[in-house]
Amino acid sequence: MEANTLDRIQFAFTITYHYLFPQLTMGLAPLIVIFKTMAIWKKDDRWNQTARFWGKIFGISFLFGVVTGIPMEFQFGTNWAAFSKFAGGVIGQTLAMEGMFAFFLESSFIGLFLFGEKRLGQTLHWLSAVLLAVGTWLSGWFIIATNAWMQRPVGYEYAADGSVHLTSFWSLVFNEWTIYQYMHNMGGAVVTGSFAVAALGAFYVLSKKQIEYGKMFLKAGVIAGCISSIWMLFPSGDLQGRMVAKYQPVTLAAMEGLFETKEGAPLVLIGQPDMEKKRLDNAIHIPNALSFITYQRWDAEVKGLDQFPEDQHPTNIPLLYYSFHIMVGLGTIFIALMVISAIWLWRGWLFDANWLLWMLMLSFPFPFIANTVGWMVAELGRQPWLVYGLMRTEHGHSPMVSGGNVLFTLLGFAGMYTVLSLLYIFLMLRRIEHGADELGAIK
Amino acid sequence: METVWFMIVAFMLVCYVVLDGFDIGAGIVHHFVGRNEKEREVVIRAVGPVWDGNEVWLLATGGTLYFAFPALYAAGFSGFYLPLIMVLWLLIMRAAGIELRHQLDNPLWTKFWDFTFSLASILLAIFFGAALGNVIRGVPLNETGYFFEPLFTHWGTTGETGILDWFTVLAGVVSFVALAIHGAAYLAVKTEGEMNARSRKIVSYAWFALVLVTIASLVAVMNVRPQILDNYYALPVGWIIPVGVGASLVMMKLFNAKGEDKKAFIASGAYLTLMLGGAVYGLYPNVLPALDPQYSLTVHNAKAGAYGLSVGLIWWSIGIVIAIGYFTFLFRTFKGKISIDDAGH
Repeated sequence: MEANTLDRIQFAFTITYHYLFPQLTMGLAPLIVIFKTMAIWKKDDRWNQTARFWGKIFGISFLFGVVTGIPMEFQFGTNWAAFSKFAGGVIGQTLAMEGMFAFFLESSFIGLFLFGEKRLGQTLHWLSAVLLAVGTWLSGWFIIATNAWMQRPVGYEYAADGSVHLTSFWSLVFNEWTIYQYMHNMGGAVVTGSFAVAALGAFYVLSKKQIEYGKMFLKAGVIAGCISSIWMLFPSGDLQGRMVAKYQPVTLAAMEGLFETKEGAPLVLIGQPDMEKKRLDNAIHIPNALSFITYQRWDAEVKGLDQFPEDQHPTNIPLLYYSFHIMVGLGTIFIALMVISAIWLWRGWLFDANWLLWMLMLSFPFPFIANTVGWMVAELGRQPWLVYGLMRTEHGHSPMVSGGNVLFTLLGFAGMYTVLSLLYIFLMLRRIEHGADELGAIK
Repeated sequence: METVWFMIVAFMLVCYVVLDGFDIGAGIVHHFVGRNEKEREVVIRAVGPVWDGNEVWLLATGGTLYFAFPALYAAGFSGFYLPLIMVLWLLIMRAAGIELRHQLDNPLWTKFWDFTFSLASILLAIFFGAALGNVIRGVPLNETGYFFEPLFTHWGTTGETGILDWFTVLAGVVSFVALAIHGAAYLAVKTEGEMNARSRKIVSYAWFALVLVTIASLVAVMNVRPQILDNYYALPVGWIIPVGVGASLVMMKLFNAKGEDKKAFIASGAYLTLMLGGAVYGLYPNVLPALDPQYSLTVHNAKAGAYGLSVGLIWWSIGIVIAIGYFTFLFRTFKGKISIDDAGH
């Protein structure tokens, strides 16, 4: 295989794996702050126990996020040298700021939060939980700003050597795309975090262990899950969709499987793109709905793939299309599940509704899938560009690193991450089991 | 402006080496200072709350390098492809060693992670030294501004070089010994009783090795890259650096013998700072010298745009003040010796 293909596989693999952890930690961080706040406000030590328990899960996940995250920054240089040389003058800003403003904050306060409760006292311990959450969310901001610049380059100019230089700091940091992508992405993280909390609560209640804590988890998880799931559709998903329609119309057409330009375009629920015949097979759709959600007019014209030259089309349209539809489909199910759970919680039926608890318990993997395919929409949708409109993906890789060397490291990462996965699952199961025995008595 | 950023990157690199250096060093001497499971737990607890923050200096240095000298980041990272990815794997193993050890109360589990932590620390120390050795020796950059080095070729410093040759391996050994001492000096500060005595002993014996390899490395540099002295002749105030290296070595020994652990640790930090400072002083304005000098990357041809560098100076200054604040707070919170019978964290 060519080096470029292997570089892409390695980056896709390592980033997909990496992001399983930050989405959980960024989602749990604000929930832990809420637990700590409840503990102090209600003077109820059970909330402190809850914070400690989830703090430990956070700690392990954070560690996995850190160690799988360092390869991401390195790979910009090791595997994508031409891209780095081209764009480093701009996106180096946001990546360096992540180090200076987010990583220092997170890494200092994770230690204080996990090991410093006794030394710090309750108020400072609460503050370290807050700062830890701020750190993880700041980190998210800088990464999204970096990605947003690749989706919609702003605030740059060409230099004499063909690379790009920054011309406007604020337009880089507050790129319009950054704001909406951030809203959508962080909402997704909270969905993952709250589903995890609710699922474990359901598990404890169903297995009749730590029922008291299980109910607290369920309450917190369902409320946060309900708000965040709705947030993913409206306003954040809607706004993000409009960004795509505005700046990457060809991507929108590919995501929706819209081969031909149409007035009153339908919204496809399901169907299989046939790239040979350029049509959707077995399509089930809602008439005119795509026009409406994109332009708020039922008969508006939506540009199809036929309007764009083929060398501008995303390179893997079927995968992009499926990723988008899986994301939207799961998101819809999340809203349904969480709204029902919230109503049941409000009416006081939830803790006895075993069928619903089972569904909540089994639901926790799906937000991970939804977040992953969501990112696949962003990244596959950007193709064939590495920096939209400026640099094509095949021109970005390291020119002197051969395919054989990349394959070596790709296989190494595969092995390493397999071991990490086994360790993570083992440690999580142990935490959950321990929680069943000692929640209420964590030191 | 690019000179300012050269100094900033050098400063951050020194911070990384001095800070993460002591927890890597603690890993190197882990089994010598900690003779049983309980003692090794003390070592882990001495680095537990701070290693992550220390390692962030590597990321922050990398990020700063990326943004200030993109062409250097691109050439250097892709040229050192294999060793850098291996460094990543070692960092993963080391972090797992520190953080997963206490997750399970089983002697085999603990032993395994102790071993992993130590092995990864040893290899990292050698790799980092060898990396610096490569930068001093020069790399086979060509007209495209890129290069690629295999892990090893014929072990010589000219022609088709590899990452490892006699010179870079020597640099790796210097780094190994220096960080072992630095780690032992840190553990002497953080422990009491027998562990403290053992740590001091390591510093006092390894010191002789350090003096030896330091001299050997200086002689070797004169042979491999004599141009490194140009800046010293041009601006002789730089000679203060090698004098300082000598002085820090003497201080290290004296304070260690007197049992003043903190001062010995500071002397060891000064030694690392000055050794790196000496290399940096000699390299400027090169950031990555090429074996063929016309292709060398310098602060001038590797820098980012002027506006970006100026605006960066503003946020960097704010960021570094805040970061130093965090570190002061963190180290003050976890200050003091760790007692062996302390239960839990």
